[in-house]
This record gives sequence, C-alpha cells and structure tokens, in this order.
Amino acid sequence: MEQPELNVITDLPGPGLARRRQFGPAPGEVIFGMRNVSIWYHAFRAVTDVSLDVRENEITAFIGSSGSGKTTVLRALNRMNDLVPGARLEGEVAYRGQSLYGRDVSATAVRRRIGMVFQKPNPFPKSIYDNVAYGPRINGERSKSRLDEIVERSLRRAALWDEVKSRLRTSGLSLSGGQAQRLCIARTIAVEPDVVLMDEPASSLDPIATGAIEDLMRELKSQFTIVVVTHNMQQATRVSDRTAFFYVLTDTATDTRTGVLVEYGPTEQIFQDPRDSRTKAYVTGRMG
Amino acid sequence: MARAGTGLQHDLREPRSWRRSKNRIATVLLVLAPVVVLIPLGFVLFTVIAKGASVLSWSFLTSAIPPSVLPADVGGIGPAVLGTIEITALATVMAVPLGVLGAIYLHEYGGNRPLARLIGFMADVMTGVPSIVMGLFIFSVWVLHFGFSGLAGAFALGCLILPVVIRSTDEMLKLVPDSLREGSYALGATKARVTLTVVLPAALGGIVSGVLLAIARAAGETAPLLFTILTVTTVNPNLFSGASTSLPSQIFVNASAPYAGAQGRGWGAALTLIAIAFTLMIAARLVTARFARYAH
Repeated sequence: MEQPELNVITDLPGPGLARRRQFGPAPGEVIFGMRNVSIWYHAFRAVTDVSLDVRENEITAFIGSSGSGKTTVLRALNRMNDLVPGARLEGEVAYRGQSLYGRDVSATAVRRRIGMVFQKPNPFPKSIYDNVAYGPRINGERSKSRLDEIVERSLRRAALWDEVKSRLRTSGLSLSGGQAQRLCIARTIAVEPDVVLMDEPASSLDPIATGAIEDLMRELKSQFTIVVVTHNMQQATRVSDRTAFFYVLTDTATDTRTGVLVEYGPTEQIFQDPRDSRTKAYVTGRMG
Repeated sequence: MARAGTGLQHDLREPRSWRRSKNRIATVLLVLAPVVVLIPLGFVLFTVIAKGASVLSWSFLTSAIPPSVLPADVGGIGPAVLGTIEITALATVMAVPLGVLGAIYLHEYGGNRPLARLIGFMADVMTGVPSIVMGLFIFSVWVLHFGFSGLAGAFALGCLILPVVIRSTDEMLKLVPDSLREGSYALGATKARVTLTVVLPAALGGIVSGVLLAIARAAGETAPLLFTILTVTTVNPNLFSGASTSLPSQIFVNASAPYAGAQGRGWGAALTLIAIAFTLMIAARLVTARFARYAH
C-alpha cells in the first residue's frame, strides 16, 4: 500500500523549531504518544501508520473527512475499540509513557482515567443526580455527603448546575440536547479523569448549545487534557491548540481505503500555513 | 389555466377511476377486519360472563368443590383457585430468573458464539412445542417416578414460560441502545456493572411486561396440567406431594361432566380464569407504560 508522506512536526531542533515558536503554546508533558498505529476492523484497515503526541492541558483537535479514521483513533485512546468485535491495533500507544495495550493493562482501569463524551448525548435513563453520581458510585463512593458534593461540583464545572439544581431527581432524559450533552460531560468529569476524549460533542447541537460546549471545553482544559474529533473546522480553530488532519487514502488498484494522518501541528499553523496541499485544500474548503 | 363555467381554477378532485374504487374497497375491508376479529372475542366474553357471573362470589372462590351432582349455587372452586395460584407462582419462581439470566447470557455475553446461537435456536424450538407435549414430557420423566403433584405441574408450566421469557427478554435487551452501554464502559464500568446498572434497568419495563404475559398464558394452560397434577376435587395446599387441581383443568373436568351444577361451576371458574389473565395483561400494560422511555 502506498504510504503517505507524513508532515508531522517533531521536536527536532533547527529552523523548524524556530518556526513553530511563532505558533501555539509551549509544549507540555506528553500524555499520549502514538507510534505507527494501524487499526483494523476484521480485514479492513481503517487507519494506517498514525504517529502523534498529545500534550497535557491542551485541546487537540482531529479533523478530516468522513472515513478518515479520526473517531477510530480517538476510540483507541481509551480502548473503546475493544468493544467492537474484530477490532485490532498494531503499533504503540503510550499513555504517560506506559503502553495502553500492554499485557497487564485493564481496559476498565484505562477508561477510569480516560473518559469519553460521545457524538449523540447518551444520558442514562436515571435521574440527573444518578447520572452524575454513576461514575463515582461504580468506583466505590458510598458516602451521601461526598456524592452530593461531587454532583454539585461536576454540574457547576459543566455549567449546568443553575439550570438543573431544582430538579436533580428528574430524569436525565428530560433535558434538551445541549443540556443532555453538558450532563454527559458532568458525568465524565465526575470521576476526575486525566483525559477527556470527545467525539464530535457538538455535532447534534444548535449553534448556541455548541457555543456553550466550546466555552466549557476552554474552561476544562486547565484541569484536563482534551482530545476532540470535529467536522467543524471553525470549532477546531476556536477551541484547539493543536490540530491533526486525517485523510482518506484510496488505493484504486485494490479499491481499498484507509485513513492516514497527513499533518499535525499547532492549530494556527495548520489553518494559516499548512505544509501539505491536501491540508490546504481541506482547511480552505476546497475538499470535503 | 382558468376553466370557464366550473368556477374552479384547477380540478383537484381525485379522478373517478378504478384506482379510486380500489381505495374505497381497501378501506372498507380494513375497517371490516377488526370488526370480524372482535365478533368471536366479544361472543366468548359475553357467554362466559352471562353464564359465569351468576355463580361468582367470594364464597365461590374459596369454598370446597362439591360433588358434581349438586346444583351450581352449592360450594365453589376454592381448591382450584389455590392450586392455580400456587402452581403458577412456583413455575414463575423457577422459570423467570432462569429465563432472564439466560437471555442476558444470550444477548450480552454470548454474542455470535455457537453455544449462544444453539441456545437461542433451542429456545425458539421450545416456544413452538405444543403444551400437551410438554405435559407428556414431565409425565414421563417426573410423574412416572415421583407421582402426581403440584410440583410436576409447575415444572410443565415452567417449561412453557421459560422460552417465552428468554425470547421476550432478549428482544427487550436488543432495544437498549448501545450508546448507553458505551457511556457506562467509558466511565470505567466492568461488563457485569454495565449489565446490572444500565442495561437491566433500561430494559426492566419490557422484561416485566413480557414475563407477566408469559405467566398469563401459562396460567390458562390445561393440557400439561392434566398429565401432571391429575386434577382432583380435594384441596391440597402441599405442592410437593399428592395430586392437586387447578382452574383450567377443573374447567375441563366440569365441562365434561353431565350435570348442570358442575357445568355452572365450570362457567364460574372460566370467568375467574379470564379475570386473572385480564388482570395480568392490564398489569403488563401499566408496567410498559410506566417504563416506556425508549419510545423515541
């Protein structure tokens, strides 16, 4: 299979480093280090040879067209792909220097530290309170007063407290789309994760609710590292520090498609000064 | 394109044609179909109420079964009411937990494994086994060795309830969206946790109503009980030894008796049985409505 030319910006000294200093924040500690990651669903190679670093207390955005493997890569970061029959990963995914796919690593333990917010808000058919308390409870928190405190703090951080404080016992399903998504964010941060993965968190929401989610993401990044998949390029420019552009590579000879990482760097650089012609075409809207 | 004379700019009426006639005919047939369905149902209900209501009373439900020759206003069907309640309850206790657990294995754990597919297939086959065959089965493997008893009847009814519970629970688990499971996994829940705290509560309403419908159906079964509890007229509260009786098999015995009194008590028993089934159905409906959260 043809390998794409990767324009991943690395930390090599020299002119490249001087150039990157114009953009973006100083690099924090590496949270995720992916090296030559390929992901299969049965015989279908969804993602080929992805290497990138995600840094602490930053928002990293994955952009790219449908089928380019953004979500697949995101789901590899907390081992959600384990739940898909036939999914298989090759390469190295390190979390704070430790292999995520090592022999003794429990997917359950991984997900307690690396939470996820999904494309479609998925509150449990339980009360608002029980939704937020769900994570702490499965982690063994039984104290009523501490749960009350966690629920209030999480809902406040998710900017939902004032809207729901008088009806914590009503069903989480009674909320509007934007509120439900903020409830899901509150539920995720209630377990105090290290990283929050977000899979197109605003794609089913109206512009006002989307704005609320984006404000929230900027708020949260001081405490969490966030990786977000988005179809919305304005959203990537508004919230993210670094952007990874994924692309569908089609091999016409065998009629196979696979997702590849084309370019990864500070968001301003990706949008203002892309190195790869495909990135440029995508961010300027000449390619879907 | 104004048409002079008609006063209409465009003729928006359906043209008179074979198509229009077909539409009429189909509509009439569709209205007729439920009416035709309701006629026998209404007739059965009317007959049972007309013939059974006169004998029905609290003492009828609790009194001993008198000799068949005595008139309908003497005695009652107490032993049969007690037997039906006891046997159905025991069958429920045996079959429902097994069926629900089996369905959880099938849907949440089994996946596409050969064992899971075999169990699912066998459950489907078991649903199609005639109830009299289930009675004969229990008769040959249990009654021939240990004699007639309420327990044997409960085994037979349990065998009828089990596949229905497996299938209906499986269907309800399929309705729980995977996004809920993922939401729970993403918080670090184990599979058992996901199943117990998210999947089962979300499916509970459907599971309970499926169970109630399975019980209602089993409570009215006659054939499997004839081979397993024998159907006697004496009261036998002990499920584990000795022949017993039940409403449906008692109705069968009374209906075949040549005495008007016995037949009258049979109608009363029939009305009682319908009332029990009806109550369970209503309860199932209420539970479904109470938990109908995934209608969207």
